[in-house]
Amino acid sequence: MTEADRALHQVVEAHGLVRSFGGRRAVDGVSFALAGGECLAVFGPNGAGKTTLLRMLAGLLKPTAGAARIAGVELPGGPDVRSVVGLISHASMLYGALTARENVELAAKLYGVSRPRDAALRSLERMRVADRAETPVRSLSRGLQQRVSVARAMVHEPEVVLLDEPFTGLDAAGAAALSGALVELRSNGAALILVTHNIEEGLSLATRAAIMNGGRFVRVEEREGLDAAAYAASYRELVS
Amino acid sequence: MRSAKHISLLSASLLIARKDLAIEFRTRTAFFSAVVFALLGIVIFYFAWDPTAVAAIDLAPGVIWVIFTFAGLLGLHRSFGVEMADRAIDGLLGAPVPREAIYLGKALANLVFVSAVEAITIPAVALFYNMPFGGQGFAIAVIALLASIGLVAVGTLFSAMAVNTRLAELLLPMLSLPFFVPVVMPAAQATARLLAGRPVAEVAGWVRILVAFDIAFVVACMLAFPFTLEE
Repeated sequence: MTEADRALHQVVEAHGLVRSFGGRRAVDGVSFALAGGECLAVFGPNGAGKTTLLRMLAGLLKPTAGAARIAGVELPGGPDVRSVVGLISHASMLYGALTARENVELAAKLYGVSRPRDAALRSLERMRVADRAETPVRSLSRGLQQRVSVARAMVHEPEVVLLDEPFTGLDAAGAAALSGALVELRSNGAALILVTHNIEEGLSLATRAAIMNGGRFVRVEEREGLDAAAYAASYRELVS
Repeated sequence: MRSAKHISLLSASLLIARKDLAIEFRTRTAFFSAVVFALLGIVIFYFAWDPTAVAAIDLAPGVIWVIFTFAGLLGLHRSFGVEMADRAIDGLLGAPVPREAIYLGKALANLVFVSAVEAITIPAVALFYNMPFGGQGFAIAVIALLASIGLVAVGTLFSAMAVNTRLAELLLPMLSLPFFVPVVMPAAQATARLLAGRPVAEVAGWVRILVAFDIAFVVACMLAFPFTLEE
């Protein structure tokens, strides 16, 4: 996608985004734009600021400086912005005492999805965990909880999906289900931002790749033409 | 942007309250703890009481309100604790509902919790202190409900503030108790008069104070709540 196309269809844009905790800048002047149907894979070592960046884009953290827009609305925005964002984070964001279906159905209701029960079951089916729909989440394995967590985040068919290490804890079937769901969302016009340590996994879904270190994007490029092995080698060199 | 269909503040509040009550109904940890605490408190007060020195009618209102206050704190502490286990609070904060709906939903669930504890505790006090609650039962229930609204309004806000701190168990009562005084004082005064068989009209002034504090606390806490969630 050319810069002109991207500017025309951009769904996510960040300009000089900064977030400080005390005197430390976790995110230090990040700028980028992402159009619908694009996936930006963000790689970086621990403490690079990737999670903080996602939490700002999800409206959970206020930027210290700079600005970000989702679907044209400046963050942190209000319910309109939050209704088009789906967040998958390290934590499952689930209630252990509720069943998988109840957790996803609660999210569907909060997002105003029509026929929330059906939508919840469809979303669980997409993550191949529908057979455990009536099992309390606390009784599920970590991997199954992660699948339910993904189903919860996608039940409202978000236009922007923020993924923080989404493949953690997933087995091969779960990872395949997640990849399939993400490809489907992307082909439906959703913009994805995928934070991961796994370069091969990230590049398999990405249309663009960025390396983050010390709160900054130190390298951003189009995925097309990138060789995964060479990219991994240069990544190691850059962040070491 | 896709045209979004948002649910109303009230619908979102009811959803959150129902979710909290479903979790408490299944785990029953906080409810049983609060009821056991309340009953033990009544028993301890009973055995420490010298009926020849203090009449039951003078002691019972104090017992009721001391026990409600501390038993209620157990439920209030749990209120945001369930949200922190797997960062479920992020799911609520990321949802397209007003932040105030989270507060109202939590406060509603806490009100049901505290009222359920009261429904067990008041008859227990009547039993231990041989108090004739019958004639004034409804009026006392109304006083208890009004006081509970004030307690959960303040307690829910402070529960949200304290939950992220390392000393949450200590901080919640330290923050809440001073604000409970304007609610507990008129409630205890009204209860004492009703138990003494005074006419309901005599407690109208205390009821007005309770209602005023309820309104002030609910409005102020709901407005302040979104700021407690900012990181």
